[in-house]
Amino acid sequence: MNNIATVIIGAGQAGLAMSKHLADRSVEHVLLERGEVANSWRTERWDSLKLLTPNWQSRLPGYSYEGNNPDGYMDMKQVISFLDKYSERIAAPVECQTNVHSVKPVDKGYLVSTNRGEWQCEKLVLANGACNIASVPKFAADLPSDIESITPLQYRNPDQLPDGGVLVVGASATGLQLAMEIQASGRQVTICVGEHVRVPRVYRGRDIKWWMDVAGVLDMDYQEVDDINRARRVPSLQLAGSENRDTMDLNAVEAIGVRKVGRLAGIRDGKAMFSGSLANVCALADLKMNRLLDTLDEWATENDMDRKVEEPHRFEATRIDEKSTLGMDLAAEGIKSVIWATGFRPDYSWLDVPVFDRKGRIRHDGGVAEVPGLYVMGLPFLRRRKSSLIDGVGDDAKILSDHLHSALYSKAA
Amino acid sequence: MTGTNTENTADNGVNVEALIGAREALTEAPEAAQFKWRTSSKWMNGTHSKTTISSFFGLGEEQSRGKEFSVETDHPEVFAAEDNAPTPVEVVLAGLAGCLAAGVAAVAQHRGVQLRSVEATIEGDMDIQGILGIDEEVRNGFGDIRVQFDIDADASEDDIKAIVAQSQKRSAVFDLVTNPTNVFVNVN
Repeated sequence: MNNIATVIIGAGQAGLAMSKHLADRSVEHVLLERGEVANSWRTERWDSLKLLTPNWQSRLPGYSYEGNNPDGYMDMKQVISFLDKYSERIAAPVECQTNVHSVKPVDKGYLVSTNRGEWQCEKLVLANGACNIASVPKFAADLPSDIESITPLQYRNPDQLPDGGVLVVGASATGLQLAMEIQASGRQVTICVGEHVRVPRVYRGRDIKWWMDVAGVLDMDYQEVDDINRARRVPSLQLAGSENRDTMDLNAVEAIGVRKVGRLAGIRDGKAMFSGSLANVCALADLKMNRLLDTLDEWATENDMDRKVEEPHRFEATRIDEKSTLGMDLAAEGIKSVIWATGFRPDYSWLDVPVFDRKGRIRHDGGVAEVPGLYVMGLPFLRRRKSSLIDGVGDDAKILSDHLHSALYSKAA
Repeated sequence: MTGTNTENTADNGVNVEALIGAREALTEAPEAAQFKWRTSSKWMNGTHSKTTISSFFGLGEEQSRGKEFSVETDHPEVFAAEDNAPTPVEVVLAGLAGCLAAGVAAVAQHRGVQLRSVEATIEGDMDIQGILGIDEEVRNGFGDIRVQFDIDADASEDDIKAIVAQSQKRSAVFDLVTNPTNVFVNVN
């Protein structure tokens, strides 16, 4: 049994940023990592994936991108190396290959059991990632058994798919990226489109992430948001990190031959049923994108940037085919595989602590869980819109480590 | 364009505070959010039926509204019927119109937008080869449904469009005409 002030579960960007801040505050801690540093980036991402944020935006406490391509996007190898170097530089006390089996509350803290022994701690930081499990709708079970069903966590490249048509369910960053590369592999892709968030890659000559950064959109605080629960459920922006900075939206995927249908509403007798709400979800996304661009334009004017960037403009509305199909006989249409790009959620199956809401989410206030001594990091809009980005974990770690530190030392009083 | 100080001045006759209160309460007590809507209909003659609507279940108990509404349906003379009342599919369109307009009023009020008039015309395409059993490939129900809103309000064109889009997103009838629903019919 190891006794230690603080255990951090997970050695990705969130855990490492927390480690740095705890070290700066002289809080004794350990990071328990089921694999290696940056494990999810190593083992659960498809081959072509690049960060959605430009290189300059990879900023961690006391560390940032140092290469000569600030406007490029890191591939997975580069992300792994970036985090490896950070871990070395801050001398993070990482216990690798340490798989947490259970966490139980004990007197004044938590008992963490792993394949490599037990740790007892007063404070526990969950930094195990927001995307451990692919969320798949229940009706996925109704898929005919001869059609392959895979999640983005299993997907690596189009070669692993059977020949023939592919149904991609979901049109956020993951769904659109996979739809594009699978279509390019010669398989006909049909993409099911529910609510999504459309943004251009580049606006007025600058990366959309630059705009969102300078205009304060990414710094938006969770307490300023009208409905934080909703904000935390907003799907990922339709973005890809491609060298030529192409915008990836529904018009772009249709231009290469992908077929667009409404949200997948169910599967019955081998037939997929699509919602008739396609026109509305596209209208919602277009209107929302234009509101964001209005905000950015206003910021540019107020901050004297108008002459330093290109002219304001608007993008073509999402094209709607009046005859989009509402049903598809999967066998007759030659669909051989379905990819569930329907979101992700964290895995807390090992967390034996009464802190969950009825949807299995941890009850927390900006990362401070509703039970003493427990913190959570790296979730969408944890404290700020950027909380789930590499660029966002530093600010969250700073505030949460302050909270943790003062909680550790106030108990004596 | 109306600024942020209008949020308390818009009055579209919707009690947004009560709706937000209900939303918060039902988030904590999801079982109370389980409703059952009911209608009872009686065949009159030919294609003419009369449906009465009164009690429903919700907030954990039977809700008696102390009155009864009735909706009649029939078919027009081109169907060799007596045209005593609108056709059932027209009543469905009326339901869609009513649901979307209610949503527009509520969303507008929540966003501080004063409505002056909201008019909607709805048209649903139907190939009656389906219901007549002429062509098995033609569905019985609507092909496309088109809703045309004319809205006069204190807001920009895009703000009005966003209110209408949000209304669709939250509309029960929009959902049930755009998505499949299991229907179980029993005979006593």
